[in-house]
Amino acid sequence: MIDFIWLIIALPLLAAVVLHFVGRFLGEPLSGWLASAAIGASFVFALVAALPFIDGGAEASTVLLWEWMPAIGASLEIQWDPLSALMTLVVTGVGFLIHVFAIGYMHGDERFARFFTNLNLFAASMLTLVLAGNYAMLFLGWELVGLCSYLLIGFWFTRPSASAAAKKAFVVNRIGDFGFMIALMLVFTSFGTLSYAGVFERAPEVLTTGTATAIGLLLLVGAAGKSAQVPLYVWLPDAMEGPTPVSALIHAATMVTAGVYVIARSAAIFDLAPAASTTVATVGAITALWAATIALAQRDIKKVLAYSTVSQLGYMFLAVGSTAYVAGIFHLMTHAFFKALLFLGAGAVIHAMNDEQDMHKMGGLFKRMPVTAITMGIATLAIAGIPPLAGFWSKDEILASSFARGGWFSVLFVVGLITALLTAFYMTRQWVLVFLGEPRWDEGVEPHRAPRVMGVPLIILAGLSVVGGLVNTPFRYTLEHYLEPVFEGISLQHPPEGIGMFLILAGLSVFAGLVGAAAAFLTYRRPAGSWKRFEEGLQPLWGVWEDAYGVDDIYGRTLVAPGKRVADVSAFGVDLPVIDGAVNGIAGLFIGLGQRLRPLQTGYVRNYAALLFAGAIVVVAWLLAGGL
Amino acid sequence: MVDPGLYMTVAAVLFFIGALGMLTRRNALVMFMCIELMLNAVNLTLISAGRAMNDLNGQVAVFFILVVAAAEVVVGLAIIVAIFRRRSTASVDELNEMRG
Repeated sequence: MIDFIWLIIALPLLAAVVLHFVGRFLGEPLSGWLASAAIGASFVFALVAALPFIDGGAEASTVLLWEWMPAIGASLEIQWDPLSALMTLVVTGVGFLIHVFAIGYMHGDERFARFFTNLNLFAASMLTLVLAGNYAMLFLGWELVGLCSYLLIGFWFTRPSASAAAKKAFVVNRIGDFGFMIALMLVFTSFGTLSYAGVFERAPEVLTTGTATAIGLLLLVGAAGKSAQVPLYVWLPDAMEGPTPVSALIHAATMVTAGVYVIARSAAIFDLAPAASTTVATVGAITALWAATIALAQRDIKKVLAYSTVSQLGYMFLAVGSTAYVAGIFHLMTHAFFKALLFLGAGAVIHAMNDEQDMHKMGGLFKRMPVTAITMGIATLAIAGIPPLAGFWSKDEILASSFARGGWFSVLFVVGLITALLTAFYMTRQWVLVFLGEPRWDEGVEPHRAPRVMGVPLIILAGLSVVGGLVNTPFRYTLEHYLEPVFEGISLQHPPEGIGMFLILAGLSVFAGLVGAAAAFLTYRRPAGSWKRFEEGLQPLWGVWEDAYGVDDIYGRTLVAPGKRVADVSAFGVDLPVIDGAVNGIAGLFIGLGQRLRPLQTGYVRNYAALLFAGAIVVVAWLLAGGL
Repeated sequence: MVDPGLYMTVAAVLFFIGALGMLTRRNALVMFMCIELMLNAVNLTLISAGRAMNDLNGQVAVFFILVVAAAEVVVGLAIIVAIFRRRSTASVDELNEMRG
């Protein structure tokens, strides 16, 4: 079994290659089903391979596929342990449902097959990332998912906004990757290898606190880029230009969680650097609150979800920064369920509304699309942290863990609690604006039910959003036991002991969630004029939130504009006159020389012959005169 | 035995006639004949020098030159005939496409 573990990556990769060459002949919907089958097969395979871990007692193993650069510990090798198995199951499981949904969503697109090529390539890249057995291969997957993200955000590249968003995502991620790469170089100079086995076992004896902190902070830079944390989150809201299944798969469920995964995977390093961990948690808490406030005021249905994703990723960073790695991974998993569901539901709504994304122009859709409304309602309650849905258990564990850590983390706990309230508010606002109230549709819009191929994934994800949290409750820490071997020898932060403390903390977060949800429900259930006045009443704060604090504008003026000026100077001030000038000058020199020598070529044979004789006479004379 | 200097003189005269013709005539065919004249003047020096120094290498070299010259004449005449057919003139002054 374990010898064939590479098939998990190979199947989607193979499907991507096949679709690349013959996809256009397969057409619609066959190419979509082929892509779905490939990733579905990966899921089944991963599930079977993961069974020993679920039963408990199985050893983690590393499979060497190919020795690439053994001198630096960079080979193609697969790490199969409970953590990578869980990530693989989330990626392939949620990925499979999104693939199936996309068959319906991408119906009629002229580049249908190409979409699934890219989607499968992404799945293979993401699996490379999570299954990597060393930092080099992880980095390979890390860059490949970035590339696929770029390709898929810009899938409709004829729209200028889509290609601009793709470029932005790529460039902002580059900034993060810069830090990530320096972190890897530091790891290599410290350990002489990049393999997990070599690094984690010797970390305590090799690393000083200073080096560990440096590596941790640089890893955070990379993770902040990929996982859209302050201050590098700006690319994610723009990434909503991509097709909605892409937003669900890459920009909610899988790729953006890579940063959380890397930090959890590097727990052995962060264990030695408490300062770096605290920074991670602080960045996470700030991001959670920051993005939640922006999400409050968005009108675009996908922008709400985008900022919500940034905010929830902030929760995950808060968890892994509090060294509650299990809670972070737990929230990663439940978030994948309900956020993928929310995105897919939003996709169904956008589809039904003829590509309308403005929530002010929706409303009253409950009767037209009950399945979407109910499943999205479940996801909304789940993300709002209402028990016993999935989001409640994972969010509560994060908050309880940061509370139990105490000190500075108590402040972060309060920030998280406020964020929980805001989350419930904006998610309920979204649901009510879309599904309840009077229809505010544009002329000629006739919403229709989603086809079954889109409905079934919604229902399955809704089921997972309900029960997904039960894998790790204070009554039965199944996930914690499952992940125990991965975090062996690392001090983990647990929620406070005892059911009483759990009830108090859970009560607090449920109270926050209920208050937020109820406030939004009561505000937005009323006619449009009423809640518009409510939003007006919150000016100018509301406008600042709607404008996302103007961060894009600030970055544009402080970073992008000077960058462009530097590019201008080097292009028109240095490259053109100096570099090109030197090249053209040399060419001009020889042109001039040639012009002067031209008259020698008279075209008369006798002239050439005369010169020839003259030359011969000179040579003979020289020889006679005793030359040589 | 004749003085080799006489042969050398004859060769020099022949070479000079060929060179002069080369520089003054315009007809490609005549120029070609002048080239042959110069070539054979050189052959004459080789033979006479070989004889004077009692060395067969001079004559061997001339045999080689004659064979190569035969091939060269074939190619050269073919070119001249081709030019004449195409332009109905063999004047080299009109063949000045390569002028700088």
